[in-house]
Amino acid sequence: MFADFLFRRLSLLLFMLFALTAFTFALNYLFPGDLLTNFSGELSTNFSQTQILQQKYHIDDGLLVQYQAFLLRLFQGDWGLSLSSGQEVFGHVKQLFPATIELCVYALIVALCLGIPAGVIASAYHNKWPDKVISSLTLLGFSIPVFWLALLLIMIFCLSFGWFPMSGRIGLLYEIPPVTNFILLDIWLHDFPYGGQAFADALHHLTLPTVVLAMYPTTVLVRFTRDSMLTVLEQNYIKTARAKGLNRRQLILDHALRNALLPVIKQIGLQFSTLITLAMVTEVIFSWPGIGRWMIESIYQRDYPAIQGGLLAVSFFVIFANMLADVIHTLLDPLARNQAHGKV
Amino acid sequence: MLSALLAGCSDNTAQAQRKIQGIVYCAEANPVSFNPQVTTTGSTIDIIANQLYNTLISIDPLTAEFRPELATGWEISEDGKQITFTLRKDVTFHTTDYFTPTRTMTADDVVFSFNRLFDVYNPFHFVGDANYPYFQSVGMDQLIRQIVKVDDYTVRFELFSSESSFLSNIATDFAVILSQEYAMQLVAQERKQDFDALPVGTGPYKYKGFLRDNLIRYHKHPGYWKHDLAMDQLVYDITTNNTSRIAKMLTKECDITAHPSATQLETLAARKDIRVDKAVNLNVGYWAFNTEKPPFDNVLVRKALAHSIDFQKIMKAVFYGNGIQARSILPPSSWAFQTQAMPSYDPERAREFLTQAGYPDGFEMDLWAMPVSRIYNPNARKMAELIQSDLREIGIRATIVEYEWNTFLERVGRHEHDSVLLGWAADTPDPDNFFSPLLSCTATFSGKNPANWCNPEFDLLLTQALDTSDLQQRKQFYQQAQQMLIAELPVVPIAHGMRFQASNTSVMGIELRPFGGISLANARKN
Repeated sequence: MFADFLFRRLSLLLFMLFALTAFTFALNYLFPGDLLTNFSGELSTNFSQTQILQQKYHIDDGLLVQYQAFLLRLFQGDWGLSLSSGQEVFGHVKQLFPATIELCVYALIVALCLGIPAGVIASAYHNKWPDKVISSLTLLGFSIPVFWLALLLIMIFCLSFGWFPMSGRIGLLYEIPPVTNFILLDIWLHDFPYGGQAFADALHHLTLPTVVLAMYPTTVLVRFTRDSMLTVLEQNYIKTARAKGLNRRQLILDHALRNALLPVIKQIGLQFSTLITLAMVTEVIFSWPGIGRWMIESIYQRDYPAIQGGLLAVSFFVIFANMLADVIHTLLDPLARNQAHGKV
Repeated sequence: MLSALLAGCSDNTAQAQRKIQGIVYCAEANPVSFNPQVTTTGSTIDIIANQLYNTLISIDPLTAEFRPELATGWEISEDGKQITFTLRKDVTFHTTDYFTPTRTMTADDVVFSFNRLFDVYNPFHFVGDANYPYFQSVGMDQLIRQIVKVDDYTVRFELFSSESSFLSNIATDFAVILSQEYAMQLVAQERKQDFDALPVGTGPYKYKGFLRDNLIRYHKHPGYWKHDLAMDQLVYDITTNNTSRIAKMLTKECDITAHPSATQLETLAARKDIRVDKAVNLNVGYWAFNTEKPPFDNVLVRKALAHSIDFQKIMKAVFYGNGIQARSILPPSSWAFQTQAMPSYDPERAREFLTQAGYPDGFEMDLWAMPVSRIYNPNARKMAELIQSDLREIGIRATIVEYEWNTFLERVGRHEHDSVLLGWAADTPDPDNFFSPLLSCTATFSGKNPANWCNPEFDLLLTQALDTSDLQQRKQFYQQAQQMLIAELPVVPIAHGMRFQASNTSVMGIELRPFGGISLANARKN
């Protein structure tokens, strides 16, 4: 039964990938400027070079052949050259994307560690003061725009107190060769003479961007956990358990939490697309060398191959993340599997 | 995982006692190239020239005398047509990830470096864009007959005619010495195009890496011939935004910050740990008209435009009292300077000139403003807005145009503009440096002349000035040249700015030069 579900999901995934690549392919025609330049990122000036490019991109053949060639190049990692740096777009993506994912993962971890317990506490003390405090803080965090929060934190903690640095992933003097591109892991992998200092410095740099980025998912998780817990706590089996004389701690941790977390897991997956968007804003403000900052820079400079590549990579990632969350959710919740079939 | 990480780190605590050493310099733009031969962009020269390379001779910033660098001595023949340099021995080139030198610097390297500029048979002459803007615009390619290796440590330059600014030009940041051995290795590997991107020089620092829009990393060059002062690392943090650069200075993420804007100087000076240096700098900010395009080919129109702008207002709003209004294209500290009768702010007269030129109702034009802050123009956008409103007074509708800095320079080089706010910071104290690279006919062809102005009479004056070494005579020629510029107005000189630099008080030995870029060769941090 699960295989059937997986098959349906995978075919949906394939269709979405097709739509995405077709759209990206169309962008080459929609962007202003020379078609060959949009494809290759090379500002070819001489005749022979233009001919080679025309052959490579099958410009004289039908659209279908061009699209096939485009897909083939995508798989081979030949995403063209960036107009502004002259280097391979795929190379840039490989180098920059992990920094964005890293930021998102840390923010998500913070959101999970803070959001779920806070939601549980709020539901446990429903309509009492802890619930009210948590709910109002959540509302505040939910409504504050992420760029505003970032600037506020920079003003207070960087410029006034000087506690945190305001840009980058690590002090520039620490030279950490990128292996995984997860900065903390890389410091650990690379036996660096200043490892301890570098690690502390990286954490120092991570703090503010992570806090800023974690704000939104945390508040969403708090609300979701709280609502979901409240719904579960209303259920008959909880009432039965209570009637049997279980205390509140046992009720919540042993019986309610597991069921209440199921919709929350689905929510985490859905958060990813919002998280990536917010990460872009955060990256720009904190000069975080991730894909978001690079894409926004590319838009400023009208670097079309780079915009295409960035768009493709980010969309791929969001689609995969959503799909993965969906699959995990279904694995954990048999009811959802049936819903996916439409036979409850 | 965290505990594992921390455990891994504690093994290194003994080494970690010593704090990591290095200087972080916040730069305002990406470098265009890593070879000063192929660019005159000030932001690039600041980053690469004095840190990675050496020149044969240099000019003392205080006395303006020539100092030996890679050449220990030089001799000029009677007729001034042969200049012989004796080279320093035991000068090592950088050992990098991509090149390991097997020999020290010899005459071959010097001959190769200059041949690249002037000799079309040099394998690297046409690599890149085959454009050497500084040397082409000062006409050096027309001057040098040949460069001869006399022996391993002696090089002779043979000129077609003697020229008084020759040594000054050899002392600029553009006349760097490159490794011939490295060049030949690239030829063998068929990677010639890497020559300007992966540099090898003799300077105190060597190239390690460049991440566009992020950082440039240099490591110390052990065995630097001059001294052992260099820090372990020199890192350039590329921060294009002015405000962010200052903020990073306040959070101590930068040790040195390029070009803080005049409005921010007070905030910086109020801090005890930050030092603000001011240096007089030979430069000029000007408004250039594309004199090949109508209606700017009409001198009356140019006069009308020059009379329409309120210089006082610009000095106040753009320079905040940290600059002087121009009285000529040359700054007052140049020895050939002579006060000129500059066009004054007079909208009435401007309108008269416009009517005479046949445009009583004005016209529409583009006004290009630099997107970056430079010494000679800290805020071109604002200046453009002021000029735009002044022009509206006399019926001219100006549109302000901006591009990314490198694109901007490229397009100005192709003379796509109507008029442009640009400037020039001198590379040598020689006055010729203000005329030939900017306004000569050869500069028009090499894309450096933003006024697109080629006047044979003016060129003749410059040639005459270069042909003589009699200072009084040269002075006279340059004064005639200045008068001619004010009469013809291909450019309207606006102001001479001061160069500012903010640095942490723990950093010593930064050398801000009155001409040319900045040198961090002696900089160190306590």
